[in-house]
Amino acid sequence: MAKPKVAFFDFSCCEGCQLCAIDLTPEQLLDLIAVIDIVEFREAISEKSDAYDIAIIEGSITRDSDIPRLKKIRETAKLVITLGACSTIGGINALKNFQSKYAYQSDVYPTDPEKYETTTARAVHEIVKVDAFIPGCPIDTGEFVRVVKNLVLGRDPAIPTYPVCVECKKNENICVYEKGIQCLGPIIRAGCGARCPSNGGYCFGCRGVIPEPNLNSQQDIMQQHNLTFEQMKDKLKLFLQRNKEVFSDGE
Amino acid sequence: MANNTNVQIDVHHITRVEGHGNIKVDIKNGEIKECKLEVVEAPRFFEAMLRNRHYDEAALITSRICGICSVGHQLASLRATEDAFGITQSRQEKLLRRLLNCGEYFESHVLHVYFLAVPDFVGVKSVLPLVSTHKDVVIQALKLKKLGHYVGDVIGGRLVHSMASNVKAMTKVPTKAQLEEIILKLKDAKVELQKAIGTLKSLKLPHFERETEYISLYQEGEYALLEGDIYSSDTGLSSYKNYRQLTNEYLVDHSTAKRAKHNRQSFMVGALARFNNSHQWLSDSAKQAAEDLGLKAPCYNTYLNTVAQFVELFHIADDSIAAAEELLNMTLAVEDRTIVPKAATGVGVVEVPRGILYHEYAYDDKGYMQKANCIIPTGQNLNNIEDDFRALLLTIMDKSKEEITLMLEMMVRAYDPCISCSTHILNVEFVE
Repeated sequence: MAKPKVAFFDFSCCEGCQLCAIDLTPEQLLDLIAVIDIVEFREAISEKSDAYDIAIIEGSITRDSDIPRLKKIRETAKLVITLGACSTIGGINALKNFQSKYAYQSDVYPTDPEKYETTTARAVHEIVKVDAFIPGCPIDTGEFVRVVKNLVLGRDPAIPTYPVCVECKKNENICVYEKGIQCLGPIIRAGCGARCPSNGGYCFGCRGVIPEPNLNSQQDIMQQHNLTFEQMKDKLKLFLQRNKEVFSDGE
Repeated sequence: MANNTNVQIDVHHITRVEGHGNIKVDIKNGEIKECKLEVVEAPRFFEAMLRNRHYDEAALITSRICGICSVGHQLASLRATEDAFGITQSRQEKLLRRLLNCGEYFESHVLHVYFLAVPDFVGVKSVLPLVSTHKDVVIQALKLKKLGHYVGDVIGGRLVHSMASNVKAMTKVPTKAQLEEIILKLKDAKVELQKAIGTLKSLKLPHFERETEYISLYQEGEYALLEGDIYSSDTGLSSYKNYRQLTNEYLVDHSTAKRAKHNRQSFMVGALARFNNSHQWLSDSAKQAAEDLGLKAPCYNTYLNTVAQFVELFHIADDSIAAAEELLNMTLAVEDRTIVPKAATGVGVVEVPRGILYHEYAYDDKGYMQKANCIIPTGQNLNNIEDDFRALLLTIMDKSKEEITLMLEMMVRAYDPCISCSTHILNVEFVE
């Protein structure tokens, strides 16, 4: 069987997920290039190709002029996978969406606000069909390798649907709320190994919400710890502007 | 030179660099009509993201400006907030930041030297063909890159967008066993780097010289990466607070990134600038590596920026071994600094792998961000790249279009540009 041809594409982002995708051990790299053929990866290789089976897309869509390129990728690829928070859920780029376009444009280019094209920052699935998502800001390298391997073998990508709290408990961490700090762990998708709370941080939602998040119960937890719903909403703004369950008034 | 030379070059989306850039050259009758590096990355509007956010989120948000310089953005961000509120760093905090920074330099420099630059010198399109022809070199590179991620994991929780860099102080401390492991791995890395010197020496780097102004962070007595003032090879030392006088940003039509100039039309930042300005304070093994590789200060060959990066890896390994050894002799505990926000402005300056980086924040009395300005190294280098293009084109005009294109692409790559970053400069400025 011919190895599937894989191409990487980036839109508006920091390209950190591509870096994590190539943060491989020699064994992982050899394993991966044994099952796939990387034909385009602008950040790391000079070849460019119009023939590929799997497109891995990083970054949010923040310009209308990027849409034809995205649609062409969708038409060409049999499988479209998003890589990281920006392409999967809109991510940090969508934080600007809370302000009017003119407001943020004139912040940046006071003398000529409309000089550069920009629009509402969106996730890839809002524009074209996506077959699999690799969440996170940044992605987890192990999860990336596992998802790509599973998909090539025709299996389910196996991204958890339970919340970060499950992994956090497994790591035997003291609950972040006990320290008086808010944490989005109860409603955010696991799979990161609860990395932030396990390293002295808190969950700020980079992997997106779980299916049917219980926002009311999250609100109760906040109240029990003398934190307000407004504080939670403000924290959710960092990565989740595009989530309709969280921000129903999103564009 | 034949004055009937006509060359048109249009490279759409240069490969093996971070971010989207195009090269445009038009030569008619031996005269350069056009010669530009276009930055076509989509603007991201980080200023809009930062506005009204709390000071404890500044590092978290600005980290996302760039995946490969995320540690540098965090450290510049923390410095800016500390400067605004008058917070000092403990010895422990300084040493931990040095180690986290070491992780980023290893990841970034190794990626650039081995994966992005070297394929050109070997005549291949990427590191992948080298897996079969130079397997040992590829494995060595992966191991050295992994070392960067290992140090990042231990100190920062992870290297890309570390969650431990916090304005209250690092949220975790390494164990003694982890510090010993870091020292061991860094010593191994030096052995590996030593082995690579022979390979690097055998590569043919293009001859090219153009003297320019070199700007870097500067601290008497040390190879400054995380604190100091600003040094220009033209005008000498300036306070870090005066960074705007060293950058003078302005806009051009063909780029979504701002340009900078100081004493002349262009200046250079990055490893070569640091080497030229601070080489006397490199560690002994780094000095030896420079000598072995024929790198002498002042060096005016831009292509050797890649060699300067390689030399820096020796220094960073030595400096980090010293930092880890000092930490081993201390009793470490997570700190929780008290922060009293006030209406104030602060500046943070650090050297990221590709050059000097500035963050400036203005906060209100509750600690919410009112104004931010970040000036990224690649934006500062853009004019210098174009001036190098012009000087280079005069000497290679009679070559084939393919050769000229490759030489120009290699020139861009030598700067290790972070175009995705540079466009954010523009995006992070807000003027009231």
